Amino acid sequence: MKKIISICLLALASSAVLADGNMLPLKIPEKVNSECASCHMLYAPAFLPKESWGRIMGTLDKHYGTDASLDPQSVKEVSQWLFQYAGTYKRVNGAPPNDRMTESEWFIRKHRKVSELTWKHPKVKSKSNCMACHTTADKGQYDDDYVRVPK
Amino acid sequence: MKSTKVRMLTKQTILFMALGFATQLSWAIDAQGFQKQYSDEAKQTASSARGEKFFTSKHGKEWSCATCHNAPPTSDGKHASTDKTIAPLAPAFNAKRFTDEAKVNKWFKRNCNDVLARECTAIEKADVMAYLINLKK
Repeated sequence: MKKIISICLLALASSAVLADGNMLPLKIPEKVNSECASCHMLYAPAFLPKESWGRIMGTLDKHYGTDASLDPQSVKEVSQWLFQYAGTYKRVNGAPPNDRMTESEWFIRKHRKVSELTWKHPKVKSKSNCMACHTTADKGQYDDDYVRVPK
Repeated sequence: MKSTKVRMLTKQTILFMALGFATQLSWAIDAQGFQKQYSDEAKQTASSARGEKFFTSKHGKEWSCATCHNAPPTSDGKHASTDKTIAPLAPAFNAKRFTDEAKVNKWFKRNCNDVLARECTAIEKADVMAYLINLKK
C-alpha cells in the first residue's frame, strides 16, 4: 500500500514538473504580487535557476532598464519565495545569458517556429511579453490550448 | 460591584478606541499632506505650473513622467517597457493614490531615477504634488 501511494505521489509530482500548464506555485505571497506584478506579469520562478534569481534580486536598482529597487525586508521575502520555487528540473540546467529566461535554451527551442514578424508585432514588442500570445500566462498556464498569436 | 466592573470596562474600551483613533490619525496621509511635507522641506511654496512642466518634460533620459502616466495623468497609463496598465495618478481620479507613505517614497525614488538619473529634490516633488492635486474631475 505504501509503495502504491509513493508511486502515485511520484507520478503526480513529475507530471506537475513536466506539464506546460500551471507553472506558478499555488501559494503566491501578497508581497510578491504587489512588488513583482505591479510592473509586469508574474513570471514563474521555475523559469530561472536560483542563481539567476539571486542576481536579479541583488541588482533591482538596474532591472532590465528601470529602477525597481526595494527595501531590504521585501527583497528578503520575495527572494525566499523565488528560491523556494526556482527552476531545478532538467530544462533549467544553468543560468541563461544575462539571466534572461527568453535567452534560455528551452525558450528558444519552444519558440523556434515563431516568425520575426510576430516578434515585431506591436502587440508583442518584447519576448518577455508572454501575455501577448499565452493569454493565461499570468495564471501560470502556458498550455498550447490557450495560445492566441496576434495577427 | 457589577456596575463598577462595567464602568471600568467601558472606560477601558473608550481609552482603547481613542488610542486606536490616534494611531490611525498619525498614519493617515493624503496628497495635500505630501505637498506640505515636501514644500516644508524645501522651504518654498509649491507651484502647479512648474509641476506640470516638470511632469511632461524629459530630463536628459528617454522617458518623462508622462510617458507612462499620461498628460494629464487622469486616465490609465501604460508602462513604457512592459505595456502593463498603470492606474490614474491624479488623486481625484484614483482615491488610493498618495495614501501610503512607504509606497510613495518607493516610487518617487525609482521613477525619478528612471526619468532624471537622480533622486528628485523636495521642491520638484512639491511642485508635482501641486500639479496632481490641481487636476479635478
